[in-house]
Amino acid sequence: MTSTTIPSVFADSPIIDLLEKAVADDRFSLKDGVRLFDTDDLPALGWAANHVREKRHGDVAYYLKNRHINYSNVCKYDCMFCSFYRSSIDEDGAWEWSVDDVLKHVADYKDSGLKEFHIVGGVHPDLPFSYYTDMLRALKREHPDVALKAFTAIEIAYFAELTGKPLHDVLSELKDAGLAMIPGGGAEVFADRVRYKVCREKADADRWFEVHEAAHALGIPSNATLLYGHIETSEERVDHILRLRDLQDRTNGLLSYIPLAYHPSNNRLEKLGAPDGVDAMKNVAVGRLLLDNVPHIKAYWITLGIKPAQLALSFGANDIDGTVTWERIYHMAGADTPENMTEERLRQVIEEAGRTPVERDAFYNVVTPAAGAVEEALA
Amino acid sequence: MLLYRLFRPNPTSRELEQAYEKAAAGERLSLADGIRLIEDGDLHVLGALAHKRRMALHPEPRVTYIVERNINYTNVCITYCRFCAFYRRPGHPESYVLSTAEIGRKIEEMQARGGIQILLQGGHHPDLPLSWYEKLLRHIKEHYGVHVHGFSAPEIEHIANVEHIPVKETLERLRDAGLGTLPGAGGEMLVQPVRDRIAKLKTTVDDWIDVHRIAHNIGMRSTATMMFGHYETRADRIEHLERVRELQDETGGFTAFILWTFQPENTAMSDVTKLESHEYLRTVAVSRLYLDNVDNLQASWVTQGPRVAEISLRFGVNDMGSTMFEENVVSAAGTTFAMDSESIERSILDVGFEPRRRNVYYEEVAV
Repeated sequence: MTSTTIPSVFADSPIIDLLEKAVADDRFSLKDGVRLFDTDDLPALGWAANHVREKRHGDVAYYLKNRHINYSNVCKYDCMFCSFYRSSIDEDGAWEWSVDDVLKHVADYKDSGLKEFHIVGGVHPDLPFSYYTDMLRALKREHPDVALKAFTAIEIAYFAELTGKPLHDVLSELKDAGLAMIPGGGAEVFADRVRYKVCREKADADRWFEVHEAAHALGIPSNATLLYGHIETSEERVDHILRLRDLQDRTNGLLSYIPLAYHPSNNRLEKLGAPDGVDAMKNVAVGRLLLDNVPHIKAYWITLGIKPAQLALSFGANDIDGTVTWERIYHMAGADTPENMTEERLRQVIEEAGRTPVERDAFYNVVTPAAGAVEEALA
Repeated sequence: MLLYRLFRPNPTSRELEQAYEKAAAGERLSLADGIRLIEDGDLHVLGALAHKRRMALHPEPRVTYIVERNINYTNVCITYCRFCAFYRRPGHPESYVLSTAEIGRKIEEMQARGGIQILLQGGHHPDLPLSWYEKLLRHIKEHYGVHVHGFSAPEIEHIANVEHIPVKETLERLRDAGLGTLPGAGGEMLVQPVRDRIAKLKTTVDDWIDVHRIAHNIGMRSTATMMFGHYETRADRIEHLERVRELQDETGGFTAFILWTFQPENTAMSDVTKLESHEYLRTVAVSRLYLDNVDNLQASWVTQGPRVAEISLRFGVNDMGSTMFEENVVSAAGTTFAMDSESIERSILDVGFEPRRRNVYYEEVAV
C-alpha cells in the first residue's frame, strides 16, 4: 500500500489532526467525535470519511431488492417523534394484518428475485407471540429464498415480557420460525435524558443492547440505527455511536449502521423542523469514521431523500438500501420520497455518484446474476 | 508491462495537481484546467477549494436571498424547445396571457409579504407587440414601484424580431418603460451543437451573449445561467463557463451565476436519465473556481431541494436565490420543491451562516 497524502487544501482545516487519525486508522475518542459533528469544515470531514469508505469498499455501492412489511401500526407506546402509531385498532388510520393478509400483500413477490422482507410494526398490545412465529413460518414457506429481517429490539423485548421467557428462548423460537436478521430500529438515541423525554415507555438502552447481544450469540446478525435531528446533543450522538462500537468489539454481529433523519410531520416534535442536509452528511461521515469495526454504512434513501442519499455515497456510505415498496413509518411523518425505487433507477443514482452498483442480499453477499441473465441483458 | 504501468508518470494526476494548485492560489484556470477538475477532481477537494474562494469573495459568514415573486405572463411560445414542459402553442386550450389586473394582484400579494422584486418572464408570444410590454412595465412602475427583473435574452430577441427593430433599441425602450435588470434564463447550454439538439429555434449562443453585452453596455446588469444534465459533456459545461467568463471580462455586467439540472419529466427529452445531485455539487464547486470574475453563485433549491441547497452552501455557494412564491416552469417538469423566506432563513442558520435579505444588485436590504 502506498501511503495516503492528505490534500494540501485541508492543511489549515481545524480538524486536520482528525484527518491524520483517519488516514492512520487510529481509533477516534468521544472528544474527537464531538469535534467531527461540530466542525463547519464539511469538505474535510467528507474527505476523511470517503477515504475510509474507499479503503474498505473501493467504488462499490450496494443495493438490494427488498420489500417492507409493516404488519400493524397499533402500539402500546406513544413516542413523541412517531407519526406511525395508533393506540388502538379503533382509531382512524389504524391497521393490523392477519398472517393471511401479510401473505396476500406480498404474494406477487413469489420467485421474483426478492432478497429480503423488512418486517416491523408497533408494539401490539393484544397479538399473541404465536402470531409472530406463525407469520415468519408462513412467509418462509411461501418465499423460501427471501431472508426475514424482522422485529426491532423493542418488539423482541416486548415478546419476552409477553411470554415471560428469557430473550435467548424468544430469539431461538423466532430463529426456528425463520428469523434471519434483526433490523436496527428502536435504538433512537441511547442517552437516558433523551429517551426519558421522547420515548420513556420504550425499552431502555441496556435492554436494546441485551436483545442485540443475545441475537448475536445465537448467530443472528443485526443492524443499528441512530434517530438524529431532534433534541439530542453532539455528545449524546457520539456516546450512542461509541456504545455500538463497544458492542461490536464484543460480538462482531452488526452488519450495518444507519443514521436516520428525524421527520417532523404529524407528531409532537413537529416544531423542531427537519434536520438540515449538512447534518445528514455529517451523520453518515461520523458514523463511518467512528465505527471502525462495523463493515457497512447505509444511506437509507427513504429517510434522507434520494438526492442526499446519493451524495452520502461520497460521505462514507457504501449502501443505499433497496427497492423497498410500501413504506409507512416515514411517509406518515411527511417523507416526500417515493415509496419504491426500481432497480434500474437505483443503479442510475449510484452510477451518477461515480460508484459501481452491486446487488447484495440481506447479509451483504454479492448477488451474482442467474445463469443466462447477462446474455439476456445483452441480447 | 506491469513495471511500465507502475512507473509511468501519470499525466492526468500531474495536470490535476497543477489545476488544484492554481485554484488554491486564486490563479485563472484554463479551459484544460477546468476540464481536468470537473472530470477527475475529488469532490471534497473541489468543495474545499470552492468554499475558500467563496470566503475570499465574501468574508462575512453570511448567505443572502431575495424576496421576489415569479410571474410568468404567458405560456404561449413558438420556439418549441424540447426540454420545456411549460409552453403551449398559440391557440392551445391551456394557453394563457395574464392581464394587467392579474399581474397587479400578484404583485400586491407579494408586497404584502415583504417582496421587493418580480421576476417577469414568459414564452415567445407571436402577437404581443413591444407596446404591450412597455404598457405593462409603465403600469407596474406607476402603481407598485417594485424592481422588475425581467425578459430573458431570447425574449428580448423575440420582441425585437416581432417589432423589426434592433435589440439595442428594444432594450432601451423596455428600460425606459421600467425594466431594471435581465435574468440569465435561456442560457441553457452555451455550446451551439448541444443547443441545436435541445432548442433549435432558440437564440444562438452568440446572440445570447450579444443581448447581454448590449444590455451591459447600456448600463443594465444581468445574471447568467446554465441548464445541464442532458446531452452535454462535462467539457461542454466548462466551455459554457468560458463564454460567461469572457463576456464578464469585457463588461463586468453579470451579478451572479445560477446553474441547475435539467428536469426531463413531461418534456420531449424524457429519454434523458435525470441527474440527481452528485454532478450538481461537483459542477457548483468547479463553477465557483472557474468564474473568478463573477461575484455570486446561487443555490438551485428549486431543482435540488433544500437539503442539497444547504450542502451547497459549504461547497462554494453564497446565495439562496429567491422565494419565487410560484414556480411554473420546472414544476411543469415534475419538480415541486418550495421554500419561503422563513424556511430559507432557517436553512441558512442551520448550516452556520447569517441570513441577509438583498436586492437584485446583491446589496443587503433592511427587513
